Amino acid sequence: MLPTTTAHGEPVPPTRKDTVNDILDPLLLARWQFGLTTVYHFLFVPLTIGLVTCTAVFQTAWYRTGKLHYLRITRFFGSIFLINFAMGVVTGIVQEFQFGMNWSEYSRFVGDVFGAPLAMEGLLAFFLEATFIGLWIFGWDKLPRGIHLATVWVTAVATIASAYFIIAANAFMQNPVGFTINPERHRAELTDVWALLTNKVALAAFPHTIAASFMVAAGLIITAAAWHLARNQHLDTMRSTLKFGLWLMIGAGAVTVLTGDQLSVAMVSTQPMKMAAAEATFKTVCGADASFSLFTLGTPDGSGELFSVRVPYLLSLLSTKTFDGCVEGINELQSQYAQAFGPGDYTPVLWITYWAFRWMIGLGALHVLVAAVGLWLTRKGRVPRNRWVWRAAVWSFPLSLGAMIVGWIFTEMGRQPWIVFGQMMTSSALSPNVTGLEVLISLVAFTLVYGVLAVVEVRLVMRAVKKGPPDVGEPNPHTGRVEPATTVY
Amino acid sequence: MDLPTLWFWIVAVLFVGYFVLDGFDFGVGMSLPFLARDDTDRRVLINTIGPVWDLNETWVIVAGAALFASFPEWYASLFSGFYLALLLILLALIVRGVSFEYRHQRPESRWKAWFDQLIIIGSAVPALLWGVAFANVVQGVPLDASHNFTGTLLTLLNPYALLGGVTTLLLFFTHGVVFVSLKTEGEMRLRAQRLARTSGAITILAAASFLLWTGLAHGTLWFWLLAAVAAVALIGSWITNARGSERVAFALTAVTIAAAVLALFASLFPSVLPASNDPANSLTIMNASSTPYTLTVMSWVALCCLPLVLAYQTWTYWVFRKRVTRGVVEADIDGSMEVSQPIGGSSV
Ligand code: HDD
Ligand code: HEM
Ligand code: HEM
Repeated sequence: MLPTTTAHGEPVPPTRKDTVNDILDPLLLARWQFGLTTVYHFLFVPLTIGLVTCTAVFQTAWYRTGKLHYLRITRFFGSIFLINFAMGVVTGIVQEFQFGMNWSEYSRFVGDVFGAPLAMEGLLAFFLEATFIGLWIFGWDKLPRGIHLATVWVTAVATIASAYFIIAANAFMQNPVGFTINPERHRAELTDVWALLTNKVALAAFPHTIAASFMVAAGLIITAAAWHLARNQHLDTMRSTLKFGLWLMIGAGAVTVLTGDQLSVAMVSTQPMKMAAAEATFKTVCGADASFSLFTLGTPDGSGELFSVRVPYLLSLLSTKTFDGCVEGINELQSQYAQAFGPGDYTPVLWITYWAFRWMIGLGALHVLVAAVGLWLTRKGRVPRNRWVWRAAVWSFPLSLGAMIVGWIFTEMGRQPWIVFGQMMTSSALSPNVTGLEVLISLVAFTLVYGVLAVVEVRLVMRAVKKGPPDVGEPNPHTGRVEPATTVY
Repeated sequence: MDLPTLWFWIVAVLFVGYFVLDGFDFGVGMSLPFLARDDTDRRVLINTIGPVWDLNETWVIVAGAALFASFPEWYASLFSGFYLALLLILLALIVRGVSFEYRHQRPESRWKAWFDQLIIIGSAVPALLWGVAFANVVQGVPLDASHNFTGTLLTLLNPYALLGGVTTLLLFFTHGVVFVSLKTEGEMRLRAQRLARTSGAITILAAASFLLWTGLAHGTLWFWLLAAVAAVALIGSWITNARGSERVAFALTAVTIAAAVLALFASLFPSVLPASNDPANSLTIMNASSTPYTLTVMSWVALCCLPLVLAYQTWTYWVFRKRVTRGVVEADIDGSMEVSQPIGGSSV
């Protein structure tokens, strides 16, 4: 095994602690840049995944029943989806390029393995997605109704397929499988593509991410419906839409929790340090002592806790599915790793992993709860008149998206200091010939452009939500086709 | 053919697809200030590429990913070496992509004018820089023993590369203007034909000097053959455009771009990134490629997918084959005005 070496073989110790002060440290800047651009890309991706599928469902309902209000909902969420989609596409290109730009040693080391799922994603999924989305937007009056419906379903399937390939690529970084190290060329080489694509971390992370994406879409649907219902407008479409959103939230929430449980087990068996860091447990604990802290006051990062609320056995259950399982502590793991890989700091930043894990689970649980209450309040066609109900409901979308983001921050930061777990350190993955200044320039440029676009995007989405479902004419009696939503840019 | 050679040509084909397709929508974007007299004209122009710009752009994503999977060393050296140039391309593609989607979201003319500017800049910058980048790849760049680029941004801005950039800029411009004449009617179509005559003449000059320079410095037999095809096609497209048969003219500019890109790849082969300081440091298809196992897997994927991709993309172009007219665009603007009237008591 080839642990902490650069592609050229010299060992590189983790350098996080001694370089934090240096502003032009390319490593720190490149990590900030990757974090920023990926989180930003992922603000749009989950909504695309969830909403395109919901739009397809609404359009199918219209296709089947011919009821115009389904068509209006389709158009309404379709237009929000499209504003969002453009951002997903343009920020995705950045992702593709920056492996080579900022992380060229990483690209050299993993390219033989990691490049394959990325290329498959492009050939199998992105082409389909980009082509059929165009057909769907512009095809309302050019394609027969059934084929037009098929285009939105193809887009949905392609989007979900693309998520699978990218998660398989990411899973290789979490739990490298299906490869050997070629010591002469200092690189990982693919030996079993099937093992790569059925990585147990990918198999668990994929349904978890997709289900969470549906929670995000449900969040948007609830937010939009609540906004109108609070103002007593568009009752005809928004009441049933709200119900749909609430049920979707509960269903997707349940799947998210169940698959999250699977993912915890996969994570503990592949990266025990991440679970220890998620709980900030320093000593190995078993059984009732393997408790899950809901809340801790004090310093989870070392000096101990002042006060905490704990659920006994829960950590053991999460990690091993048994009541008397043991969860290894940070101290034990740190010395194990130091023995195996040489001296260094193998602990992620604890306050981030600790709180990110809690916020993900907490926000998720809150959503399922709120959705259940919402269903109760709106039972048998009631429309609650209490303003606070609606004020709470409008937060549904931002908070469910927040849960998604902190989940990824947990996953990625919890892997540190590794870029490929057990194989390559983040600190040796950097492009050796790119200067701190260049990274700083690009970091500033992306921050500015992304910042401006975020403002524009949020305004446009809010505008589209406030506009409400558009009026649409009856389909042409001869062709059955309807006029396009926008043929005109 | 061995696997690295096969993949060298697959990567070449993916870049051909990218430049032929995104090339014309860069051209349409750049032609806005030359061809449009009013907002309706601008909308006509943007709508000629509306349904397809995204799928055109996807070719570069796939080309990049294929490069990563099949020649990781090439991908790593190229992308880290051409850092700032690629940054500019990325920023341009970002603002261009969102501008297409956002400009029609609000009726104010100031809002639209902003996004029109961004579309023009966002189209011109990549059209120029892709040429600069490719010319540098053909010419070679300074590399150290671990294949890391050792130059600076200024190394990349040499006269030969700049000529390459101007050539792609002009070529894409003319390609796009001919596309406009193919996709519009009446006044706009005539205007585009006239513009293509002027820009085509300048393009011929630039392309001829660039190909000649390349040939004298790096020419191989295949290079000269392909460059000859490109030259004949470009002149043919100028003549057919002048005669008003835009269909043939467009096919010929597409052939020009394809042949020119293939010619550059042919002059490169079997290197992928020559080292200008020391040939021993050059990246070649052998020392840059992935393992035979990975290439075999990827070959199957590409073999199954690419014909399918070509089929459904061709179908898409066929679905949207109608010319875009002012009438259609105006009717649609009226229609969307009606739709945006508040309904159901909403007053927001
Ligand atoms: C709406 C969002 C959401 C909600 C409510 C949850 N998760 Fe989650 N979680 C994510 C969204 C997410 C994610 C999409 O952000 C992540 C990041 C990586 C991944 O595959 O999914 C994730 C990662 C992630 C990981 C890290 C996997 C790894 O690093 O290998 C674990 C262990 C869990 N989740 C467990 C749970 C549990 C036990 C939950 C509830 C009881 C839960 N998640 C709710
Ligand atoms: C699924 C595909 C993904 C891949 C292949 C991937 C890959 C990477 C790479 C190469 C880095 C830089 C090196 C490092 O710091 O370890 C990184 C860091 C990071 N990623 Fe991801 N990532 C993926 C998804 C995500 C998502 C969806 C998010 C968040 C929404 C995310 C958040 C982050 C953050 C916050 C960092 C910075 C961590 C740090 O440097 O401490 N990633 N990831
Ligand atoms: C860091 C790794 C990532 C890379 C290299 C990457 C790459 C890309 C690229 C190139 C695009 C544009 C595609 C187009 O033109 O249609 C894109 C969009 C997309 N990506 Fe990512 N992505 C990353 C992270 C993720 C993750 C983690 C997911 C899913 C779980 C994801 C899912 C998507 C989806 C669904 C789209 C479609 C368009 C949209 O977002 O609206 N990506 N991505």
